[in-house]
Amino acid sequence: MSTTTTRAATNNTGTSKMNSLQAVNAALHQAMAADDKVLVLGEDIADPEGGGVTGATAGLSTKFGGERVRSTPISEQAIIGAAIGAALAGYKPVAEIMLMNFTTVAMDMIFNHAAKLRFMSGGQTSVPITIRTLTGAGWQTAGQHADHLEGWYAHAAGIKVVAPSNPVDYKGLLLSCIDDPDPCIFIESAGSLFVPAEVPDDQGPIPLGKARIVQEGSDLTIVTWSSQTVRAQMALPAMAEAGLSVELIDLRTISPWDRETVLASVRKTGRLLVAHEAVRDFGPGAEIAATVSEELFGVLKAPVRRLGAPKCPVPFAKVLEDAYIVQPDQMVAAAQTLMG
Amino acid sequence: MTQPSNAPQPDSAALTDIFRRMLRIERNDDAILSTIRKGRLQMPYYSARGQEVIPATISHFLTDEDQICTIYRGIQDMVAKDMPLKPLWAEIAGRIDGTCKGKGGPMHLTHPPTGVMVTTGVVGSSMPIANGLAWAAKLDGSRRVVIAYFGDGASNIGAFHESLNLASLWKLPVIFVCPNNGFAEHTRFENGTSVDQISKRAIGYGMPGFTVDGNDPWEMYAQVSTAIARARDGEGPTLLECTTFRFLGHVLGDDNKYMAEGELAAAKEKDPLPLFRQRLLDEGHVDEATLAAMQAKIEAEVAEARDFGLASELPSVDEIRRDVFAQEMMA
Ligand SMILES: Cc1ncc(C[n+]2csc(CCOP(=O)(O)OP(=O)(O)O)c2C)c(N)n1
Repeated sequence: MSTTTTRAATNNTGTSKMNSLQAVNAALHQAMAADDKVLVLGEDIADPEGGGVTGATAGLSTKFGGERVRSTPISEQAIIGAAIGAALAGYKPVAEIMLMNFTTVAMDMIFNHAAKLRFMSGGQTSVPITIRTLTGAGWQTAGQHADHLEGWYAHAAGIKVVAPSNPVDYKGLLLSCIDDPDPCIFIESAGSLFVPAEVPDDQGPIPLGKARIVQEGSDLTIVTWSSQTVRAQMALPAMAEAGLSVELIDLRTISPWDRETVLASVRKTGRLLVAHEAVRDFGPGAEIAATVSEELFGVLKAPVRRLGAPKCPVPFAKVLEDAYIVQPDQMVAAAQTLMG
Repeated sequence: MTQPSNAPQPDSAALTDIFRRMLRIERNDDAILSTIRKGRLQMPYYSARGQEVIPATISHFLTDEDQICTIYRGIQDMVAKDMPLKPLWAEIAGRIDGTCKGKGGPMHLTHPPTGVMVTTGVVGSSMPIANGLAWAAKLDGSRRVVIAYFGDGASNIGAFHESLNLASLWKLPVIFVCPNNGFAEHTRFENGTSVDQISKRAIGYGMPGFTVDGNDPWEMYAQVSTAIARARDGEGPTLLECTTFRFLGHVLGDDNKYMAEGELAAAKEKDPLPLFRQRLLDEGHVDEATLAAMQAKIEAEVAEARDFGLASELPSVDEIRRDVFAQEMMA
């Protein structure tokens, strides 16, 4: 999974073409320059160790020094614990956990401590940490390197769960996470890392908890995030060809999620399809489907549909891995079924 | 490791201060027990009766700027650090005037003004967070030190090992303090721990480690002052194992059936509190009248705090939605 971050191509229109990793790198540079309380730590993240396995942190330690940008031992509990402690003392640490499956090693620190210390202290302490982590099927890394666990974190109170799909959002949402007074988990995903886009050079924070309407439409609403936004966008031409007017919503923040935007859209279209890469059963799609069913039962023209992975570990063989991920043609088929 | 021969020795004022902190812990513990037994407090209570010398000696060296991360058996650590007792009592009673508005309770007390940063109910979790506070102290260029308290059982959890490694690697101003009371819940120390002294584990992480008689204020004084000086001077962490005994078992209501015949009684004969008191008097460090006045003052403070805590209002139910995030919002 080793890739090098090359410099984003700058043009003279005030935007730069970059992929999502480059957007992360740009956000970190910007945040560290703007606020000397921002710290970065994680395995291999400093320049002598290669600037992170994906190159997302390249250049930071050279620019901001080894005290503020620290490579750590392979100690996920120690990494998140150090981030929490520094945050309690007024810093804004950004901790990289190489892959989302490895956040489970630090679950006690994240779930029992980072997410709860504000509440349990009656508001006396806060934990403004950002946990950057990467996941997603598609690279044949199989069972222990590719799970989408946003549902685990969304189920916990006290932590915000952010999962962007394109370079502009990667940069804007990461800036917001770093600035947020509470812990945020920022999920980078395989399927969305390398799709380039023009990012405004002065791209600032994008508010957390606000969805993005990718395309407006009137027949049905599709709610997605992360890599599935990329796949849904691939499905859009086929849906248009089939005569469907689709409103595509990229949720961007999974918790707290933008109920207003989703409910307004379904009120208009009367139909909802939720598609995510995480396992379908007990996944975040169930929460969205249940909320829409409770709030808009009388408005719905068809039962809400959910697409997600089957309840099995991410498989290795390409043919199985492809079957695990909800593909664009499945979204087209599900959309057509919803239309009856 | 053994104690250095040039170890600093406490003077009478220091010894008296250590005793004051011990007495405050013990009088407060006694009041909590009797209030629970009268049915006026409902809480799981992990008494640290018998272990007082450890936090009392450590806190003697700490200021409000210095910070601690402690555990469910940590009320002694807060009291030793001179945390005000009124909000402490309101918190353990689950009242709105508690340090945490009644939302943390006895296992999660927090009081940043006196440096009580985290109290955790999860075994071994005080250490990774103490490291972060110590990292911040270093980044700030301050001479603050951070104490991570944890039990002997906690030294078998992964977080302990990750924390010692990181602290040593980063030369953090943190002191890992383990009151080794011989038991992890009901499991004897030797049945759960692969070494006969936890301090030996320090060797594996390249830091000094000492096993001290945690009931002996003189020994404690020497080792703690050395460890604190090391931390403040940027020389890195120390692991201190302090041997002791807990007189009330794991949790209040414990019948101690897992202990050997006579074990508890033998330990109680070496109760550090009366022994230390007597030695202070015998060696002329303080007189009886001073100690009596000290005790009266502490008892009044404790009684006032208890009455305050029990009289404080219950939190309003809408507190349930507050402090989840900085900004109130539906998650
Ligand atoms: C991770 C975790 N596992 C189990 C428990 C249940 N538990 C609470 S206290 C305790 C014993 C801990 O003993 P020790 O670390 O020696 O501390 P002591 O209680 O003796 O002060 C256990 C097993 C817990 N709180 N956290």
